Amino acid sequence: MIKDRYDVVIIGAGPAGSVAGRFAAEKGASVLIMERDREAGIPVRCAEGVSVNGIKPFIEFDKKWVAATIDAACLHSPDGEKAFMYNNGKGLVLERRIFDTELCHLAVNAGAELLMKANATGLEYTGGKISGVHFRHQGENKTIKCSLVIGADGVESRVGRWAGMKTALNLDDLDTCVQYTVSGYKGEQNVCHFYFGLDVSPGGYIWIFPKSKGVANIGIGISGHLAEVKGPKEYLDEFMDKEYPEVQTNYIVYGGVPTAWGLEKYIDDNIMLVGDAARQVNPMTGGGIVQAMIAARLAGQVAAAAVEKGDFSYSFLKQYKKDWDVKLGSIQKTMYSMKEKFMRMDDGRFNKLVQICQNIPREEFSLKRLFMESMKGDPKLMAELARAFVVSKINLKKN
Amino acid sequence: MRIITELCDICGTCVSVCPADAIIVEEFQVSIDNARCIECGKCRQVCPARAIEGDVK
Ligand SMILES: Cc1cc2nc3c(=O)[nH]c(=O)nc-3n(C[C@H](O)[C@H](O)[C@H](O)COP(=O)(O)OP(=O)(O)OC[C@H]3O[C@@H](n4cnc5c(N)ncnc54)[C@H](O)[C@@H]3O)c2cc1C
Ligand code: SF4
Ligand code: SF4
Repeated sequence: MIKDRYDVVIIGAGPAGSVAGRFAAEKGASVLIMERDREAGIPVRCAEGVSVNGIKPFIEFDKKWVAATIDAACLHSPDGEKAFMYNNGKGLVLERRIFDTELCHLAVNAGAELLMKANATGLEYTGGKISGVHFRHQGENKTIKCSLVIGADGVESRVGRWAGMKTALNLDDLDTCVQYTVSGYKGEQNVCHFYFGLDVSPGGYIWIFPKSKGVANIGIGISGHLAEVKGPKEYLDEFMDKEYPEVQTNYIVYGGVPTAWGLEKYIDDNIMLVGDAARQVNPMTGGGIVQAMIAARLAGQVAAAAVEKGDFSYSFLKQYKKDWDVKLGSIQKTMYSMKEKFMRMDDGRFNKLVQICQNIPREEFSLKRLFMESMKGDPKLMAELARAFVVSKINLKKN
Repeated sequence: MRIITELCDICGTCVSVCPADAIIVEEFQVSIDNARCIECGKCRQVCPARAIEGDVK
């Protein structure tokens, strides 16, 4: 039975919600996590790629949520050339259905409560302050009281809107995505692939992440501002017909990835946003699982401290923003400037970058080396990226 | 603007770009509140399932 009141109510049981819940509950806060769906991590709107190092601090390694180990990434240029980047087992493809459930278990073990099939519909205000969450559960409208709301409601980010935050994304800060989970895939099981090009995937890329034998996630994300005439599914279908006509699609999901640098305002009296809801995805790669967990730990810790002190004001909660800016927030802005450049790059530039990668011997491959070689191979591009980097630093200082 | 329920995957992508908070998400259905909608067409443009139809102002 759920109680009438909690210190903290978290909306959404994705990686952001369950990690925030765990770290808040661990320090003694009473926490309820509510989730609209019947099960965390379902449907899987995700390519499921992460780095081993990224998830290590949050969960003990267990092969039951690992679908594949990745040793190399193959980049495909618009002119059909390939280049390999090696990372020797440092990449993983998850079974997110199991992974997300496992993160929920960890939250529950720390003392958080879970309420599934509960759709938050609004915030309750008392004397102008947030005092609870309205939701629909088992056909009834209900309200639960709390001192702090954490919006971990993913790309939709409606919780923030209810609190007056401007979470609506510009069209060029959203990737619109389609993914097929296929069987009959004959590619290597330890290599993922990325395809670039204006005719292939404008403003984004096509990915292939192999899972178990013969199964793979093949998906596409294109920038929202380039999706008017032709949508992501049309691009992906053309690609599949050309490159992988033999595979069978078992599962189709649609989804959106926020590729903004972050949000101006994601904390206020009695409320914080975390994960996709706070636009904490890496805008360059579209990866958001690890980012969401990192932010959620910070938010959860600040939530617990707020409960201990009985202070839920913006001036107390803003510690979360300070911590995030130190940890990743500043890198986000650099990544965002780079995304802006990459999104507008022509095919010639992509061809050149892949050529540069090709010339680095396998045993000498590192991102630093790639950067050095790129400087030599395409000084103009590198100058632009460097400028983007500097500009982002200046912007950061201003904020 | 109208969401074709049979095509919609309840993925929330449209919600993330709507400038008018006009999109309602229920457990099994997403719909548009035409009283709030300003017919900007952003949702229609980004919907990956092409499940939104209607004229843009
Ligand atoms: C096609 C695609 C591929 C991706 N591939 C990768 C990848 O390979 N690697 C990577 O790191 N990231 C990837 N991402 C991004 C990644 O999926 C997200 O960044 C990550 O899931 C964010 O976690 P979250 O907890 O913030 O949000 P989510 O995982 O989206 O969780 C939000 C939860 O909130 C619930 N919710 C929403 N509104 C309400 C409400 N009103 N009431 C109750 N519950 C609610 C939802 O049902 C959902 O369960 C991909 C995304 C997409 C769309
Ligand atoms: S973007 Fe399209 S598929 Fe996704 S919820 Fe909106 S209408 Fe449905
Ligand atoms: S047309 Fe514009 S205002 Fe109307 S629902 Fe779509 S995004 Fe919102």
